[in-house]
Amino acid sequence: MRIRNQRDFWAGVLFIVTGLIFMVLSRQYNVGTSAKMGPGYFPMMLGGLMAILGVMVLIPSVLKSAEVLKITKIEPRMVLLVLVAVAVYAFALPKLGFIVALFALILISSIASHEFNLKTTLISSVVLLVFSWLVFVKGLELQFPFLPTFLTNN
Amino acid sequence: MELLNNLAIGFATAGTLNNLFYCFVGVALGTLIGVLPGIGPLATIAMLLPATYKMADPTTALIMLAGIYYGAQYGGSTTAILVNLPGESSSVVTTLDGYQMARKGRAGPALAIAALGSFFAGTVATFLLAAFAPPLAEVAFKFGPAEYFALMVLGLIAAVVLANGSVLKALAMVVLGLLLGMIGTDVNSGVARFSFDVPELSDGIEFVAVAMGMFGFAEIILNLEQKENREVFTSKVTNLMPQWDDIKRAFPAILRGTGIGSILGILPGGGAVLASFSSYAIEKKISKHPEEFGHGAIEGVAGPESANNAGAQTSFIPMLTLGIPTTPVMALMVAAMMIHNIQPGPQVMSSNPKLFWGLIVSMWIGNLMLVILNLPLVGMWVKLLSVPYRVMYPAILLFCCIGAYSINNNVFDVFMTIPFAILGYVFKKLDCEPAPMLLGFVLGKLMEEYLRRAMTISRGDWSVFFTRPLSASLLAVAAILLVIVFLPSIKSKRAEAFAGDD
Repeated sequence: MRIRNQRDFWAGVLFIVTGLIFMVLSRQYNVGTSAKMGPGYFPMMLGGLMAILGVMVLIPSVLKSAEVLKITKIEPRMVLLVLVAVAVYAFALPKLGFIVALFALILISSIASHEFNLKTTLISSVVLLVFSWLVFVKGLELQFPFLPTFLTNN
Repeated sequence: MELLNNLAIGFATAGTLNNLFYCFVGVALGTLIGVLPGIGPLATIAMLLPATYKMADPTTALIMLAGIYYGAQYGGSTTAILVNLPGESSSVVTTLDGYQMARKGRAGPALAIAALGSFFAGTVATFLLAAFAPPLAEVAFKFGPAEYFALMVLGLIAAVVLANGSVLKALAMVVLGLLLGMIGTDVNSGVARFSFDVPELSDGIEFVAVAMGMFGFAEIILNLEQKENREVFTSKVTNLMPQWDDIKRAFPAILRGTGIGSILGILPGGGAVLASFSSYAIEKKISKHPEEFGHGAIEGVAGPESANNAGAQTSFIPMLTLGIPTTPVMALMVAAMMIHNIQPGPQVMSSNPKLFWGLIVSMWIGNLMLVILNLPLVGMWVKLLSVPYRVMYPAILLFCCIGAYSINNNVFDVFMTIPFAILGYVFKKLDCEPAPMLLGFVLGKLMEEYLRRAMTISRGDWSVFFTRPLSASLLAVAAILLVIVFLPSIKSKRAEAFAGDD
């Protein structure tokens, strides 16, 4: 067996595995009958349907008639930098406050670009800080910790 | 005249200073994100949804959010014509002829025809909405749980059929969405399903976090993988006035585009994108000069741009009358209504006439504002295009993070965007469209509830779906759609229709 269409093959695998996981997890809830459906009934049905669809996606991808399709290059650096920036923001916000979180988010995520430039990044961070304060804090009155908690004492 | 009465209620509601202001904010924001490639109405509306908590009147919130959606259809054409990049996915086909017109020094007429065509389409679609929504809502009152379930099946199937790419994969994505929608407390038994004892998960996953992760963040990463290449024709926009010959050629195309867009907009999963593609294909087919297409044919700008705006507006019809979102953007509108304790459905029109008619009338007012925003002020929007993506995307990330936090004032929802960003990225790499998943996610709990009720009434007899005529016909249409899609001849035609869409 040769995987000809990689995209369909892995999509199929993903669907089958997810469908089965949901089916297994649904067993811990009461399934019930069609007249009295328990919390496990619908998810169990859907999990099965998904696994079947996964098989239907997977099988043609290994047949001789399948188009040869590779998965385009994955760039882990960009995925990581963008998502780490978001995670750092979320970690920093409650204790260190919005100002610190903002600078961390903008700096880390900017490095992901092909044309990173520290000066423009810092300038845009300051502009965004002022803008966010005006629009979100003053204008829309959204509630979020702005300064680090050790400065505000609460 | 009941219609006139209703429109009067609408004008009184939409015409208040506060609502006019937010309508303007909506369409201006819509134009902005429409012009900027890399951020779409879905992510923007998701970003702003938490901000509408503070609004006293849900009408104001919906007026603003709707303005973002149809406003983006106007802005998208500007980028398509001047930069050869679709500012919005619904403007992809406008790049084909719009950019060629700009290269020949006719950017002005192209922009003017796009804006005027959109305005015409917007006006017609507003009237269609006002005229057809009430009778449709009447029909909806006859619906029982079986019919609602059948309708949702039809909606999801239609969304899959009309979506780009593999039907099987899209179906699986819908099911995945339905499953993710199951996460959280089951209303009937009170059991927290698939929540792994995480308290935040027992309320279910926030739709906004899913939408931001899959559409906002995943898009950013994918955009970063491609290096940018922009060529802007800013200095050449001088004469906006189209010539008489342009108008003569464009007007029939605008009429046809409006018709196609209005019909496709109502269909589930249709919306603005499909409308513009179909309109372009039809214009090319019936034109006396098909060889001009791709080299600056004005019909190729006028038709699709009218169609996408008409489609954007008529896609509100199923949401407002049946309470069923047929596109992810409409799902966000439903979320906005639920925040304010309004259960979407046919009763909205009678229980909240001000909201219903105010929203409809605001669309027409918003379209008027958009013509002014887009024609005389086009130079201002074009300047925005000189902001490089490397400065823009961190700002988008930041606004999304602020928005996600504000849903519940909890960083949990910010963290939740991360797995969905990864999921969105992986699915894009595997050629799976995330939009059907989002629809499934929204409908999941509703579908389960209607299925449960229908089966309780029938005492567990599945035939209830086929013995009730309305439900049977809805399911029959869904089945026919599925069969048609898998017919070999249609399969190749479908691949052709979506060719060039990326």
